[in-house]
This record gives sequence, C-alpha cells and structure tokens, in this order.
Amino acid sequence: MSTIEYADFKSRPFYGVLKPASSVAHLVVAEGEGAQAVLDLVAKAPADFASKATLLYAEGPYVSDNSNREALRALGFARFHTSATAAAAVPRLNGTLERLRMGTQVYLTGNESALSLFVKVCTDAGLDYQGLQTEHRGSLARRMQCVHCKGITEEVTTQPAECAHCGLLLLVRDHYSRRIGAFQGVNINAEDPSDVPAKEEIFR
Amino acid sequence: MSTHAAIDVIVSDVVEVNSLIKRFHFKRSDGGYLPAFSGGAHIVIEMQDGDHIRRTPYSLMSSPLDTSDYQCSIRRDDEGRGGSLYMHREVKPGMAMKISPPANLFPLDLRARKHLMIAGGIGITPFLAQTSQLERTGGHYELHYGVRSAELGAYLDVLGDRLQHRLHTYFDDQKQSMDFDALLSTQPAGTHLYVCGPTPMIDKVLNTARAAGWPESHIHFEHFSKAAPGEPFTAELSVSGVTVEVGRDQSLLEAIEAAGIDAPYLCRGGACGQCETRVLDYEGELLHEDHWLEDDERASGEKIMPCVSRFCGKRLVLER
Repeated sequence: MSTIEYADFKSRPFYGVLKPASSVAHLVVAEGEGAQAVLDLVAKAPADFASKATLLYAEGPYVSDNSNREALRALGFARFHTSATAAAAVPRLNGTLERLRMGTQVYLTGNESALSLFVKVCTDAGLDYQGLQTEHRGSLARRMQCVHCKGITEEVTTQPAECAHCGLLLLVRDHYSRRIGAFQGVNINAEDPSDVPAKEEIFR
Repeated sequence: MSTHAAIDVIVSDVVEVNSLIKRFHFKRSDGGYLPAFSGGAHIVIEMQDGDHIRRTPYSLMSSPLDTSDYQCSIRRDDEGRGGSLYMHREVKPGMAMKISPPANLFPLDLRARKHLMIAGGIGITPFLAQTSQLERTGGHYELHYGVRSAELGAYLDVLGDRLQHRLHTYFDDQKQSMDFDALLSTQPAGTHLYVCGPTPMIDKVLNTARAAGWPESHIHFEHFSKAAPGEPFTAELSVSGVTVEVGRDQSLLEAIEAAGIDAPYLCRGGACGQCETRVLDYEGELLHEDHWLEDDERASGEKIMPCVSRFCGKRLVLER
C-alpha cells in the first residue's frame, strides 16, 4: 500500500482512519483496496453496525479476483451494491444521498482519485467535508484538473502529466480544489513547448 | 484598536412591539446608506450612560436588502447591567448615537441544502434578517419559533405572512413544546441547523443534535453571553501602566476603555475571540463567562475574555 507524504500545502486533503461513529445509521463507500479498510472498520464496530449501514463498493475495472467483493458481502450490510468503477458508483451514491438523513455518518475509502470523486459528490449534496470520514487505501493516482481547459483527468500517475482533453503537458501540483475535487495541473513548458521534461511515475 | 470606526446615526424611530420589546431604527446622520450586511449580523450600540460608555451587541433584524436603515429589537432585561434599560428609557427618536459597523458571527452557510432555524423568544431577531435574505435569494428553510404566549411572541404576524407553511410556532402557555429529537432525526442530508434563544434551549438543541450524529460543521448558534453584573474588582494593566477599578455594572472591557485604552473587540458577547487578553499574574479566581476559550486554556489561567468575564480575588495583572 502506498502512503501519502503530507507536504506543507494547506489545500491538500488529509485522510485519516475510519472509526465507527455512534450514529443511528451509516453510509460506507469504498473503492478497490478500500475493501480492507471496510473490513477493519466493521471489525472495530459494535455487532449491529452492518445491519444499520449501506455499503457501496466500486470494485475497480478488470478485476478477476472477486475475493474482496465476497468478503464485503459476508459482512451482512443492510444494503450492499457493487459497481465496476468509482465513476459508475456515482449515480447510486447521489440517489442514496438524496434519501439520507442528517445524523448518518458517511465513510469514504479507496485510492486518491476515487476519494476525490466521492468527497466531491458528498459535498455537492450539501454535506460539509469536515463531517465525512476518509481513509486512503490503494494507489496515489490523482484526479487532476487542467487549469487551462478545465478538463478533468482521472487516475494521473506521472509527473508531469498530459491533459487528456487539451493535450498540454501539466505540472501536477499539491494545490487542491475542494469545489472541483481535483489537484491543479499547470502547463509546465509554456515558454518553450519543445522543452519536454522526462515523465516520472510518482503517484503510484 | 477596536477593529472599526464608529458610525454616526440618528434614531429615526422607536416602536413598542409588546410590553417587553422595543424596536429601534437607525439612519446615518449624513443621510447615506449604511454598510451592507448579511442575515445574522449584529452591531454594537454605544450608549453614553451617565459618565460611562456602554457598548452592547444587538442583532440586526431588518432586511439585508435594505440598508437605508438598521433595525434592532431589544427586550428589556430588568436583571441586566442596564444596557437594555438604557435603550428602553433614554433612547428617543431624533437622538444622535454611535454604532459599530455590522459583523456576522451567525451567518447562513449558503452551501446548505436546507436551513433549519430554531428560535426562542427574542432569539428570533437574527432569523428575521436571514429569512428576508432567503426570500430574495431563494433557499429551502423552515423556522421553529417558541414563545411564551401570543401576546409576547414578537413578529408572529410578520413571520406568518412571509413564511406561511415554513413557520412552526410553539406557545408555552398552551403547553406546546418543540420535540427536538423528532425534529433533528428527520432532516435531509445537507441540512444546516441554526439556533438562537435562551441558553438552556440552545444547550438542549446542541446536545440533541450532537447525540443524533450531526457534525459540528452543520451546527450554528448565537450565544451572546450578555456581560453580567458582579462584585467590583481591580485590574492592573501592565503595558499601559495603569490600574482600573471595575464597577458592579461595568464589564472589565468597559473599565479598560474608560481608562482611555483602545482595546480590541468585536462581539462583546464572549463569542468572537477578538478581545482575548493574556493574564500575566493573579491571586484569586478568574470568572470565565465566555464561549471562546477551550477548557485547557481556562485551566491554564493565562487568558481572559474581558468583554464578559470577571475576577474575584486580590490581584489581577493583564497584558494590556
């Protein structure tokens, strides 16, 4: 598992460790390796936790091994839904948030790209990010916004990285926009586009 | 070093709302518009009461969309230090006064999907401004308003007309009370809670919301502790090199100001933190009455909020 080195950059999101809250209901949203964080959370929780909880699990694309999914299914969540990707979980997450009541604790876990997306969907539904619990599991791949064309590129692993929309080569900054749910990518060779720095795979 | 210059105003009207509450209207002396404000903001009214100046915060209740005047509704408090009594007895239309520019420590969180407002008694005033604001900008809200009786419930008619089904009233004299458990367990995600009223009511709402799992960032309350009268005491101000006597009906902050020292303040109600002052030495007991300091800061004996807190003992030295 990759761990995040928290630089001294104010806007960069900080993730914690999921802890069972004493709320009346729970909504858990997990992606990929976040499955293990859910297992750890339930292991720490009172026996009736899963019976008061909904779990949305984005398994990750091209997964042939179903062991995570089956381990989560065995936890006995009151409602359990799976999707192939984090993006594919969004419509159901939106629908769930529409019916959610204040006092339900929301737990989010998965890779950094998925966490960015889940947090944004929740804050768009009016939940303050400070009330959400988050735990990072899996890759450090980033959700990035190109500050030039505003396009969002998911799962960015390299530095610099190409914008999937306008093709500019971008420096992936620690500067994060909570409103957009993405790290900011700024053109790295604006003065001389022929100067192309080597790409390094650093967000693994 | 108070953070703002006072505004010269004329009292343009004084209206008796009921047997306990009067409404005061202020217009700028120079005829211009008053500063813009948002619903939930307060002003500090300066009162020249005999030989000392009193400064007391009051919520603005008029519409933020109309700054040709400011309106504050003030309930007469016969037990207080005299600010509200001064306003009720001495302030007449045509009088020149000074007020601070508005500051808002109780704003609406406009990211909310729904605003749930709970008011008790005179705690209705910030909600009058906030609901005026939401009428214009749009926004989903409901107001739950508890009053002693129909006679003492201020602005029930205005609110009824403006809010229609979004107003829920509770009359003490008809044994009606709000069911906080039911109210706070049935709100849709994205609701922000606002509460203003008597301290026991605020505490009950906050405790219920926290127990029901509401995150702190969705809970907002206006908790002005009005500086209470107390035993006189003495404070040494080390930076200024003066010693001030704090009278029974005077706050420590007012005594500091009376000595000609321009100390910082904003809310004068123990909520904003602006007047926080370091205690250099003391022999006795710091009587903390604020909602600002953390428990460990109080226990340390190193800080005091002079707008509402007092002292009992032999010697108090402040870094001021």
